[in-house]
Amino acid sequence: MSASSVPLLDVRGLAAQYGPTRVLHGIDFAVAEGGITTILGANGAGKTTLLRAVCNMIKTSGEVRLAGARIDGQATESIVRQGVAHVPDGRGTFMNLSVEENLRVGAHVRRDRSEVGADFERMYAHFPRLKERRRQQAGTLSGGEQQMLAVSRALMLRPRLLLLDEPSFGLAPLIVQQLFEILRGINQSDRIGMLLVEQNAAMALALADQAYLLETGRVVMSGSAETIRNDESVRRSYLGY
Amino acid sequence: MDQFLHQVLSGLATGGIYASVALALVMIYQATHLVNFAQGEMAMFATYLAWALLQAGVPYWGAFAITVAGAFVLGVAIERIIIRPVENAPILAVVIVFIALLVIFNSIAGWIFSYTIKPFPSPFPKEPLFGNSYVSSHELGSMSITLVVLLLLFVFFRFTPLGLAMRAAAQNPVSSRLVGIRVGWMLALGWGLAAAIGAIAGMMVAPTVFLEPNMMGGILLYAFAGALLGGIDSPGGAVLGGFLVGVLENVVGAYIGTELKLTLALVVIVGVLVVRPSGMFGKVHVVRV
Repeated sequence: MSASSVPLLDVRGLAAQYGPTRVLHGIDFAVAEGGITTILGANGAGKTTLLRAVCNMIKTSGEVRLAGARIDGQATESIVRQGVAHVPDGRGTFMNLSVEENLRVGAHVRRDRSEVGADFERMYAHFPRLKERRRQQAGTLSGGEQQMLAVSRALMLRPRLLLLDEPSFGLAPLIVQQLFEILRGINQSDRIGMLLVEQNAAMALALADQAYLLETGRVVMSGSAETIRNDESVRRSYLGY
Repeated sequence: MDQFLHQVLSGLATGGIYASVALALVMIYQATHLVNFAQGEMAMFATYLAWALLQAGVPYWGAFAITVAGAFVLGVAIERIIIRPVENAPILAVVIVFIALLVIFNSIAGWIFSYTIKPFPSPFPKEPLFGNSYVSSHELGSMSITLVVLLLLFVFFRFTPLGLAMRAAAQNPVSSRLVGIRVGWMLALGWGLAAAIGAIAGMMVAPTVFLEPNMMGGILLYAFAGALLGGIDSPGGAVLGGFLVGVLENVVGAYIGTELKLTLALVVIVGVLVVRPSGMFGKVHVVRV
Protein backbone atom coordinates (compact mmCIF):
# COMPACT_ATOMS: atom_id res chain seq x y z
CA MET A 1 0.00 0.00 0.00
CA SER A 2 1.52 3.34 -0.97
CA ALA A 3 1.57 6.19 1.52
CA SER A 4 -0.97 8.26 -0.35
CA SER A 5 -3.58 5.51 -0.24
CA VAL A 6 -3.51 5.32 3.56
CA PRO A 7 -6.56 7.23 4.74
CA LEU A 8 -6.02 10.17 7.11
CA LEU A 9 -8.50 8.67 9.52
CA ASP A 10 -9.37 5.00 9.42
CA VAL A 11 -11.87 3.66 11.93
CA ARG A 12 -12.74 -0.01 12.37
CA GLY A 13 -15.32 -1.53 14.66
CA LEU A 14 -15.79 1.59 16.74
CA ALA A 15 -18.07 0.99 19.71
CA ALA A 16 -18.86 3.39 22.52
CA GLN A 17 -21.04 3.51 25.56
CA TYR A 18 -22.28 5.89 28.24
CA GLY A 19 -22.33 3.82 31.40
CA PRO A 20 -24.18 0.61 30.55
CA THR A 21 -25.85 2.11 27.49
CA ARG A 22 -24.24 1.22 24.17
CA VAL A 23 -24.51 4.05 21.68
CA LEU A 24 -22.27 2.90 18.83
CA HIS A 25 -22.21 -0.72 17.70
CA GLY A 26 -19.05 -1.34 15.72
CA ILE A 27 -18.77 1.32 13.06
CA ASP A 28 -16.32 1.44 10.13
CA PHE A 29 -15.56 4.64 8.30
CA ALA A 30 -12.70 6.66 6.87
CA VAL A 31 -11.61 10.17 5.96
CA ALA A 32 -9.27 10.36 2.98
CA GLU A 33 -6.14 12.51 3.10
CA GLY A 34 -7.45 15.99 2.34
CA GLY A 35 -10.98 14.66 2.06
CA ILE A 36 -14.24 15.58 3.72
CA THR A 37 -16.44 12.87 5.15
CA THR A 38 -19.86 13.59 6.52
CA ILE A 39 -21.88 11.56 8.98
CA LEU A 40 -25.60 12.04 8.63
CA GLY A 41 -28.31 10.87 10.92
CA ALA A 42 -31.30 11.87 12.99
CA ASN A 43 -31.11 13.15 16.56
CA GLY A 44 -29.87 10.41 18.83
CA ALA A 45 -28.30 8.37 16.05
CA GLY A 46 -24.92 8.67 17.77
CA LYS A 47 -23.25 11.34 15.65
CA THR A 48 -21.85 13.41 18.51
CA THR A 49 -20.83 10.24 20.31
CA LEU A 50 -18.94 9.14 17.23
CA LEU A 51 -16.84 12.30 17.23
CA ARG A 52 -16.24 11.96 20.96
CA ALA A 53 -15.18 8.36 20.48
CA VAL A 54 -12.64 9.28 17.80
CA CYS A 55 -10.75 11.47 20.26
CA ASN A 56 -11.36 9.16 23.21
CA MET A 57 -13.53 11.46 25.29
CA ILE A 58 -15.73 8.52 26.29
CA LYS A 59 -15.32 4.81 26.90
CA THR A 60 -14.54 3.36 23.51
CA SER A 61 -13.40 0.19 21.83
CA GLY A 62 -12.29 -0.48 18.28
CA GLU A 63 -9.40 0.65 16.14
CA VAL A 64 -8.77 4.28 15.23
CA ARG A 65 -5.82 5.06 12.97
CA LEU A 66 -4.52 8.51 12.14
CA ALA A 67 -2.46 8.36 8.95
CA GLY A 68 -1.84 4.70 9.66
CA ALA A 69 -0.84 4.99 13.33
CA ARG A 70 -3.11 3.71 16.09
CA ILE A 71 -4.49 6.51 18.29
CA ASP A 72 -7.29 4.65 20.07
CA GLY A 73 -6.76 4.37 23.82
CA GLN A 74 -4.57 7.49 23.93
CA ALA A 75 -5.48 10.46 26.12
CA THR A 76 -7.59 13.10 24.37
CA GLU A 77 -4.83 15.68 24.83
CA SER A 78 -2.33 13.41 23.11
CA ILE A 79 -4.64 12.80 20.17
CA VAL A 80 -5.18 16.55 19.83
CA ARG A 81 -1.42 17.09 19.91
CA GLN A 82 -1.13 14.82 16.86
CA GLY A 83 -3.24 17.29 14.92
CA VAL A 84 -6.86 16.41 15.56
CA ALA A 85 -8.94 19.53 16.26
CA HIS A 86 -12.51 19.37 17.45
CA VAL A 87 -15.40 21.81 17.16
CA PRO A 88 -17.44 20.25 19.93
CA ASP A 89 -21.13 19.91 20.50
CA GLY A 90 -22.20 22.98 22.52
CA ARG A 91 -19.26 25.00 21.11
CA GLY A 92 -16.99 24.59 24.14
CA THR A 93 -16.46 28.34 24.56
CA PHE A 94 -14.17 29.54 27.35
CA MET A 95 -16.77 31.97 28.63
CA ASN A 96 -14.55 34.05 30.93
CA LEU A 97 -11.69 34.42 28.49
CA SER A 98 -11.64 37.11 25.84
CA VAL A 99 -12.23 36.20 22.21
CA GLU A 100 -8.54 36.64 21.50
CA GLU A 101 -7.56 34.47 24.47
CA ASN A 102 -9.92 31.77 23.19
CA LEU A 103 -7.99 31.74 19.93
CA ARG A 104 -4.68 31.80 21.78
CA VAL A 105 -5.77 28.76 23.80
CA GLY A 106 -6.54 27.04 20.49
CA ALA A 107 -2.89 27.42 19.53
CA HIS A 108 -1.72 26.17 22.94
CA VAL A 109 0.32 23.24 21.62
CA ARG A 110 1.99 25.15 18.80
CA ARG A 111 5.51 26.48 19.16
CA ASP A 112 5.75 28.46 15.90
CA ARG A 113 4.90 31.86 17.38
CA SER A 114 5.17 34.01 14.29
CA GLU A 115 2.93 31.66 12.35
CA VAL A 116 0.38 31.78 15.17
CA GLY A 117 0.29 35.56 14.83
CA ALA A 118 -0.43 35.22 11.13
CA ASP A 119 -3.20 32.72 11.86
CA PHE A 120 -4.93 35.23 14.16
CA GLU A 121 -5.18 37.54 11.18
CA ARG A 122 -6.45 34.72 8.97
CA MET A 123 -9.22 33.92 11.45
CA TYR A 124 -10.15 37.58 11.74
CA ALA A 125 -10.23 37.77 7.95
CA HIS A 126 -12.59 34.77 7.84
CA PHE A 127 -14.78 36.16 10.61
CA PRO A 128 -14.52 39.97 10.89
CA ARG A 129 -17.09 39.87 13.70
CA LEU A 130 -14.55 38.16 15.91
CA LYS A 131 -12.03 40.88 15.22
CA GLU A 132 -14.51 43.56 16.27
CA ARG A 133 -15.07 41.69 19.50
CA ARG A 134 -11.62 40.37 20.19
CA ARG A 135 -11.24 42.10 23.57
CA GLN A 136 -14.72 41.10 24.70
CA GLN A 137 -15.43 38.21 27.04
CA ALA A 138 -16.39 35.25 24.89
CA GLY A 139 -19.40 34.59 27.13
CA THR A 140 -21.00 37.80 25.86
CA LEU A 141 -20.96 36.64 22.23
CA SER A 142 -24.14 35.49 20.53
CA GLY A 143 -24.58 31.80 19.79
CA GLY A 144 -23.61 32.25 16.17
CA GLU A 145 -20.51 34.25 17.06
CA GLN A 146 -19.50 31.56 19.54
CA GLN A 147 -19.87 29.00 16.76
CA MET A 148 -17.50 31.05 14.58
CA LEU A 149 -15.16 31.24 17.53
CA ALA A 150 -15.30 27.47 18.03
CA VAL A 151 -14.37 26.86 14.39
CA SER A 152 -11.58 29.45 14.56
CA ARG A 153 -10.25 28.05 17.81
CA ALA A 154 -10.06 24.58 16.30
CA LEU A 155 -8.30 25.92 13.19
CA MET A 156 -5.72 27.70 15.36
CA LEU A 157 -4.27 24.25 16.05
CA ARG A 158 -3.41 23.97 12.34
CA PRO A 159 -4.92 20.51 12.42
CA ARG A 160 -4.46 17.65 9.96
CA LEU A 161 -7.97 16.52 10.79
CA LEU A 162 -10.85 18.71 11.83
CA LEU A 163 -13.82 17.16 13.62
CA LEU A 164 -16.90 19.34 13.24
CA ASP A 165 -19.98 18.74 15.36
CA GLU A 166 -22.92 20.61 13.83
CA PRO A 167 -21.01 23.73 12.81
CA SER A 168 -24.21 25.20 11.35
CA PHE A 169 -26.01 25.01 14.69
CA GLY A 170 -27.51 28.35 15.69
CA LEU A 171 -26.20 30.19 12.64
CA ALA A 172 -28.31 32.27 10.29
CA PRO A 173 -28.65 30.64 6.83
CA LEU A 174 -26.46 33.26 5.20
CA ILE A 175 -23.70 32.72 7.76
CA VAL A 176 -23.98 28.96 7.27
CA GLN A 177 -23.31 29.48 3.57
CA GLN A 178 -20.28 31.60 4.38
CA LEU A 179 -18.99 29.13 6.95
CA PHE A 180 -19.22 26.23 4.51
CA GLU A 181 -17.44 28.30 1.86
CA ILE A 182 -14.68 29.01 4.36
CA LEU A 183 -14.42 25.33 5.27
CA ARG A 184 -14.23 24.39 1.60
CA GLY A 185 -11.53 27.01 1.04
CA ILE A 186 -9.46 25.79 3.98
CA ASN A 187 -9.88 22.20 2.89
CA GLN A 188 -8.60 23.05 -0.58
CA SER A 189 -5.77 25.40 0.37
CA ASP A 190 -4.42 23.57 3.44
CA ARG A 191 -5.52 20.00 2.61
CA ILE A 192 -7.08 19.64 6.07
CA GLY A 193 -9.19 16.50 6.28
CA MET A 194 -12.62 16.99 7.81
CA LEU A 195 -15.12 14.79 9.55
CA LEU A 196 -18.40 16.62 9.53
CA VAL A 197 -21.47 15.77 11.54
CA GLU A 198 -24.52 17.72 10.41
CA GLN A 199 -28.26 18.02 10.68
CA ASN A 200 -28.20 20.14 7.58
CA ALA A 201 -27.80 17.19 5.23
CA ALA A 202 -28.05 19.18 1.99
CA MET A 203 -25.17 21.51 2.98
CA ALA A 204 -23.10 18.64 4.30
CA LEU A 205 -23.53 16.52 1.17
CA ALA A 206 -22.64 19.47 -1.03
CA LEU A 207 -19.36 19.93 0.86
CA ALA A 208 -18.33 16.33 1.49
CA ASP A 209 -16.91 13.72 -0.82
CA GLN A 210 -17.83 10.72 1.32
CA ALA A 211 -20.97 10.20 3.35
CA TYR A 212 -22.20 7.72 5.92
CA LEU A 213 -25.72 7.39 7.19
CA LEU A 214 -26.03 6.53 10.86
CA GLU A 215 -29.13 5.02 12.45
CA THR A 216 -29.22 4.13 16.16
CA GLY A 217 -25.50 3.58 16.34
CA ARG A 218 -25.04 1.62 13.11
CA VAL A 219 -23.96 2.63 9.62
CA VAL A 220 -26.90 1.83 7.37
CA MET A 221 -25.59 3.32 4.17
CA SER A 222 -22.32 4.69 2.88
CA GLY A 223 -20.77 5.85 -0.34
CA SER A 224 -19.70 8.92 -2.22
CA ALA A 225 -21.60 12.06 -1.28
CA GLU A 226 -23.00 12.12 -4.80
CA THR A 227 -24.46 8.63 -4.56
CA ILE A 228 -26.00 9.32 -1.19
CA ARG A 229 -27.46 12.60 -2.39
CA ASN A 230 -29.19 10.87 -5.25
CA ASP A 231 -30.54 8.04 -3.15
CA GLU A 232 -34.29 8.03 -3.12
CA SER A 233 -34.78 7.22 0.59
CA VAL A 234 -32.12 9.66 1.76
CA ARG A 235 -33.65 12.37 -0.33
CA ARG A 236 -37.04 11.82 1.21
CA SER A 237 -36.02 11.45 4.86
CA TYR A 238 -33.00 13.79 5.10
CA LEU A 239 -33.14 16.25 2.26
CA GLY A 240 -36.89 16.74 2.28
CA TYR A 241 -37.77 16.84 -1.38
CA MET B 1 -7.19 60.35 63.92
CA ASP B 2 -3.60 59.14 64.19
CA GLN B 3 -4.85 56.18 66.11
CA PHE B 4 -7.41 55.40 63.41
CA LEU B 5 -4.80 55.68 60.62
CA HIS B 6 -2.55 53.37 62.56
CA GLN B 7 -5.31 50.79 62.88
CA VAL B 8 -6.15 50.98 59.20
CA LEU B 9 -2.53 50.62 58.10
CA SER B 10 -1.79 47.67 60.31
CA GLY B 11 -5.15 46.25 59.20
CA LEU B 12 -3.89 46.46 55.63
CA ALA B 13 -0.76 44.56 56.65
CA THR B 14 -2.71 41.63 58.10
CA GLY B 15 -5.23 42.09 55.29
CA GLY B 16 -2.42 41.30 52.87
CA ILE B 17 -1.98 37.94 54.58
CA TYR B 18 -5.71 37.25 54.36
CA ALA B 19 -5.70 38.38 50.75
CA SER B 20 -2.93 35.90 49.89
CA VAL B 21 -4.65 32.98 51.59
CA ALA B 22 -7.99 34.06 50.11
CA LEU B 23 -6.39 34.01 46.67
CA ALA B 24 -5.02 30.53 47.32
CA LEU B 25 -8.52 29.41 48.31
CA VAL B 26 -10.01 30.93 45.16
CA MET B 27 -7.42 29.23 42.94
CA ILE B 28 -8.35 25.82 44.29
CA TYR B 29 -12.03 26.72 44.26
CA GLN B 30 -11.97 27.63 40.60
CA ALA B 31 -10.54 24.25 39.69
CA THR B 32 -12.47 22.03 42.11
CA HIS B 33 -15.47 24.16 43.13
CA LEU B 34 -14.60 23.38 46.72
CA VAL B 35 -12.91 25.30 49.49
CA ASN B 36 -9.65 23.70 50.55
CA PHE B 37 -9.95 23.61 54.33
CA ALA B 38 -6.37 22.36 54.57
CA GLN B 39 -4.95 25.49 52.91
CA GLY B 40 -4.04 27.07 56.26
CA GLU B 41 -2.45 23.92 57.69
CA MET B 42 -0.38 23.47 54.54
CA ALA B 43 0.91 27.03 55.03
CA MET B 44 1.61 26.34 58.71
CA PHE B 45 3.55 23.19 57.82
CA ALA B 46 5.62 25.10 55.26
CA THR B 47 6.38 27.74 57.88
CA TYR B 48 7.72 25.00 60.15
CA LEU B 49 9.93 23.90 57.30
CA ALA B 50 11.30 27.45 57.10
CA TRP B 51 11.81 27.44 60.87
CA ALA B 52 13.75 24.17 60.71
CA LEU B 53 15.93 25.55 57.93
CA LEU B 54 16.62 28.70 59.95
CA GLN B 55 17.52 26.56 62.97
CA ALA B 56 19.95 24.67 60.74
CA GLY B 57 21.67 27.98 60.02
CA VAL B 58 20.32 28.72 56.53
CA PRO B 59 20.14 32.51 55.98
CA TYR B 60 16.60 33.95 56.00
CA TRP B 61 16.07 34.57 52.29
CA GLY B 62 17.62 31.22 51.42
CA ALA B 63 15.22 29.49 53.78
CA PHE B 64 12.41 31.60 52.33
CA ALA B 65 13.17 30.48 48.78
CA ILE B 66 13.60 26.81 49.70
CA THR B 67 10.32 26.90 51.64
CA VAL B 68 8.38 28.42 48.78
CA ALA B 69 9.80 25.84 46.36
CA GLY B 70 9.19 23.02 48.85
CA ALA B 71 5.59 24.13 49.41
CA PHE B 72 5.07 24.22 45.64
CA VAL B 73 6.30 20.64 45.27
CA LEU B 74 4.20 19.55 48.25
CA GLY B 75 1.10 21.17 46.71
CA VAL B 76 1.66 19.44 43.37
CA ALA B 77 2.24 16.12 45.13
CA ILE B 78 -0.95 16.46 47.20
CA GLU B 79 -3.01 17.06 44.08
CA ARG B 80 -1.44 14.20 42.16
CA ILE B 81 -1.47 11.63 44.95
CA ILE B 82 -4.42 12.52 47.17
CA ILE B 83 -6.87 14.76 45.32
CA ARG B 84 -6.71 13.18 41.87
CA PRO B 85 -8.12 9.80 42.91
CA VAL B 86 -11.20 11.53 44.35
CA GLU B 87 -11.59 13.89 41.37
CA ASN B 88 -14.97 12.45 40.40
CA ALA B 89 -16.07 11.47 43.88
CA PRO B 90 -19.14 13.06 45.49
CA ILE B 91 -18.57 16.49 47.06
CA LEU B 92 -18.77 15.21 50.62
CA ALA B 93 -16.04 12.65 50.01
CA VAL B 94 -13.70 15.40 48.78
CA VAL B 95 -14.61 17.64 51.72
CA ILE B 96 -13.70 14.77 54.06
CA VAL B 97 -10.35 14.44 52.26
CA PHE B 98 -9.71 18.17 52.79
CA ILE B 99 -10.56 17.89 56.48
CA ALA B 100 -8.38 14.80 56.76
CA LEU B 101 -5.48 16.74 55.24
CA LEU B 102 -6.07 19.52 57.77
CA VAL B 103 -5.95 17.12 60.71
CA ILE B 104 -2.99 15.18 59.32
CA PHE B 105 -0.84 18.27 58.76
CA ASN B 106 -1.80 19.64 62.15
CA SER B 107 -0.91 16.41 63.95
CA ILE B 108 2.30 15.79 62.04
CA ALA B 109 3.48 19.33 62.80
CA GLY B 110 2.63 18.83 66.48
CA TRP B 111 4.35 15.45 66.50
CA ILE B 112 7.57 16.62 64.84
CA PHE B 113 7.85 20.15 66.23
CA SER B 114 5.69 19.91 69.42
CA TYR B 115 2.81 22.20 70.26
CA THR B 116 4.92 24.75 72.16
CA ILE B 117 4.83 28.24 70.72
CA LYS B 118 8.01 29.23 68.88
CA PRO B 119 9.19 32.70 67.92
CA PHE B 120 9.68 33.19 64.19
CA PRO B 121 12.00 35.90 62.93
CA SER B 122 11.03 38.78 60.69
CA PRO B 123 13.46 39.62 57.87
CA PHE B 124 12.78 43.31 58.38
CA PRO B 125 14.50 45.68 60.83
CA LYS B 126 13.07 46.23 64.34
CA GLU B 127 12.93 50.03 64.20
CA PRO B 128 10.23 51.62 62.04
CA LEU B 129 11.23 52.67 58.54
CA PHE B 130 11.41 56.35 57.68
CA GLY B 131 10.86 57.21 61.35
CA ASN B 132 7.08 56.92 60.96
CA SER B 133 4.96 55.98 63.93
CA TYR B 134 2.07 54.38 62.06
CA VAL B 135 3.41 51.06 60.82
CA SER B 136 6.21 48.79 61.93
CA SER B 137 8.85 47.72 59.44
CA HIS B 138 7.51 44.18 59.51
CA GLU B 139 4.02 45.31 58.63
CA LEU B 140 5.31 47.46 55.81
CA GLY B 141 7.66 44.72 54.62
CA SER B 142 5.07 41.96 54.66
CA MET B 143 2.60 44.21 52.91
CA SER B 144 5.16 44.89 50.17
CA ILE B 145 5.93 41.21 49.76
CA THR B 146 2.23 40.41 49.53
CA LEU B 147 1.77 43.07 46.87
CA VAL B 148 4.76 41.82 44.87
CA VAL B 149 3.41 38.25 45.03
CA LEU B 150 -0.04 39.39 43.90
CA LEU B 151 1.46 41.42 41.08
CA LEU B 152 3.61 38.51 39.90
CA LEU B 153 0.59 36.21 39.94
CA PHE B 154 -1.44 38.73 37.98
CA VAL B 155 1.28 39.01 35.34
CA PHE B 156 1.67 35.23 35.24
CA PHE B 157 -2.02 34.49 34.74
CA ARG B 158 -2.65 37.40 32.43
CA PHE B 159 0.32 37.42 30.13
CA THR B 160 1.97 34.00 29.95
CA PRO B 161 0.81 31.03 27.84
CA LEU B 162 1.05 28.73 30.86
CA GLY B 163 -1.06 31.10 32.95
CA LEU B 164 -3.66 31.22 30.19
CA ALA B 165 -3.67 27.43 29.92
CA MET B 166 -4.21 27.16 33.69
CA ARG B 167 -7.14 29.57 33.57
CA ALA B 168 -8.61 27.68 30.63
CA ALA B 169 -8.20 24.32 32.37
CA ALA B 170 -9.91 25.55 35.52
CA GLN B 171 -12.80 27.06 33.57
CA ASN B 172 -13.57 24.40 31.03
CA PRO B 173 -11.60 21.17 31.40
CA VAL B 174 -13.37 19.39 28.54
CA SER B 175 -12.66 22.13 26.01
CA SER B 176 -9.13 22.44 27.34
CA ARG B 177 -8.41 18.80 26.56
CA LEU B 178 -9.72 19.41 23.05
CA VAL B 179 -7.05 22.04 22.44
CA GLY B 180 -4.35 19.77 23.84
CA ILE B 181 -3.93 21.27 27.31
CA ARG B 182 -2.79 18.68 29.85
CA VAL B 183 -5.56 19.50 32.30
CA GLY B 184 -4.39 17.19 35.08
CA TRP B 185 -1.02 18.90 35.26
CA MET B 186 -2.57 22.36 35.14
CA LEU B 187 -4.68 21.52 38.20
CA ALA B 188 -1.61 20.17 39.97
CA LEU B 189 0.29 23.36 39.14
CA GLY B 190 -2.62 25.33 40.61
CA TRP B 191 -2.28 23.41 43.85
CA GLY B 192 1.45 24.02 43.83
CA LEU B 193 1.01 27.75 43.34
CA ALA B 194 -1.68 27.94 46.01
CA ALA B 195 0.59 26.10 48.46
CA ALA B 196 3.49 28.43 47.61
CA ILE B 197 1.35 31.53 48.19
CA GLY B 198 0.18 30.05 51.47
CA ALA B 199 3.78 29.41 52.53
CA ILE B 200 4.68 33.04 51.95
CA ALA B 201 1.63 34.15 53.92
CA GLY B 202 2.60 31.78 56.73
CA MET B 203 6.15 33.12 56.94
CA MET B 204 4.88 36.69 56.91
CA VAL B 205 2.30 36.17 59.64
CA ALA B 206 4.37 33.91 61.90
CA PRO B 207 6.45 36.77 63.45
CA THR B 208 3.21 38.40 64.71
CA VAL B 209 1.14 35.39 65.75
CA PHE B 210 4.08 33.11 66.68
CA LEU B 211 4.65 29.67 65.26
CA GLU B 212 2.50 26.81 66.50
CA PRO B 213 0.45 24.10 64.77
CA ASN B 214 -2.81 26.03 65.15
CA MET B 215 -1.51 29.41 64.02
CA MET B 216 -3.39 29.42 60.68
CA GLY B 217 -6.79 28.43 62.07
CA GLY B 218 -8.08 31.94 62.60
CA ILE B 219 -6.31 33.26 59.53
CA LEU B 220 -8.01 30.73 57.30
CA LEU B 221 -11.34 31.89 58.69
CA TYR B 222 -10.58 35.56 57.97
CA ALA B 223 -9.28 34.63 54.53
CA PHE B 224 -12.43 32.64 53.83
CA ALA B 225 -14.52 35.62 54.91
CA GLY B 226 -12.46 37.82 52.59
CA ALA B 227 -12.80 35.41 49.67
CA LEU B 228 -16.57 35.22 50.17
CA LEU B 229 -16.89 38.96 50.51
CA GLY B 230 -15.03 39.57 47.27
CA GLY B 231 -16.57 36.60 45.48
CA ILE B 232 -15.28 33.07 45.84
CA ASP B 233 -14.77 32.71 42.09
CA SER B 234 -13.13 36.09 41.57
CA PRO B 235 -9.37 36.29 42.25
CA GLY B 236 -9.31 40.10 42.23
CA GLY B 237 -12.40 40.25 44.42
CA ALA B 238 -10.91 37.81 46.92
CA VAL B 239 -7.76 39.92 47.24
CA LEU B 240 -9.79 43.07 47.83
CA GLY B 241 -12.03 41.18 50.25
CA GLY B 242 -8.98 39.96 52.17
CA PHE B 243 -7.67 43.50 52.60
CA LEU B 244 -11.14 44.75 53.62
CA VAL B 245 -11.54 42.04 56.24
CA GLY B 246 -8.07 42.85 57.59
CA VAL B 247 -8.94 46.52 58.05
CA LEU B 248 -12.41 45.80 59.45
CA GLU B 249 -10.99 43.27 61.89
CA ASN B 250 -8.41 45.72 63.19
CA VAL B 251 -10.80 48.65 63.49
CA VAL B 252 -13.43 46.52 65.23
CA GLY B 253 -10.74 45.12 67.53
CA ALA B 254 -9.53 48.60 68.47
CA TYR B 255 -12.82 50.44 68.88
CA ILE B 256 -15.30 47.77 69.93
CA GLY B 257 -13.31 45.01 71.54
CA THR B 258 -10.70 42.39 70.68
CA GLU B 259 -13.13 39.67 71.73
CA LEU B 260 -15.28 40.43 68.71
CA LYS B 261 -12.54 40.06 66.08
CA LEU B 262 -13.25 36.46 65.16
CA THR B 263 -16.98 37.05 65.50
CA LEU B 264 -16.62 39.67 62.80
CA ALA B 265 -15.26 37.08 60.37
CA LEU B 266 -18.22 34.84 61.07
CA VAL B 267 -20.64 37.76 60.72
CA VAL B 268 -19.11 38.55 57.33
CA ILE B 269 -19.37 34.91 56.23
CA VAL B 270 -22.99 34.52 57.28
CA GLY B 271 -23.91 38.02 56.08
CA VAL B 272 -22.49 37.51 52.61
CA LEU B 273 -24.06 34.08 52.26
CA VAL B 274 -27.46 35.43 53.26
CA VAL B 275 -27.47 38.76 51.42
CA ARG B 276 -25.30 38.20 48.37
CA PRO B 277 -23.85 34.68 48.08
CA SER B 278 -21.81 35.56 45.01
CA GLY B 279 -19.91 38.31 46.87
CA MET B 280 -19.01 41.72 45.51
CA PHE B 281 -17.41 40.55 42.25
CA GLY B 282 -18.42 36.93 41.92
CA LYS B 283 -20.67 35.64 39.21
CA VAL B 284 -24.26 34.80 40.00
CA HIS B 285 -24.74 31.20 38.95
CA VAL B 286 -27.98 30.44 37.24
CA VAL B 287 -28.69 26.77 36.89
CA ARG B 288 -31.20 25.67 34.31
CA VAL B 289 -33.45 22.91 35.53
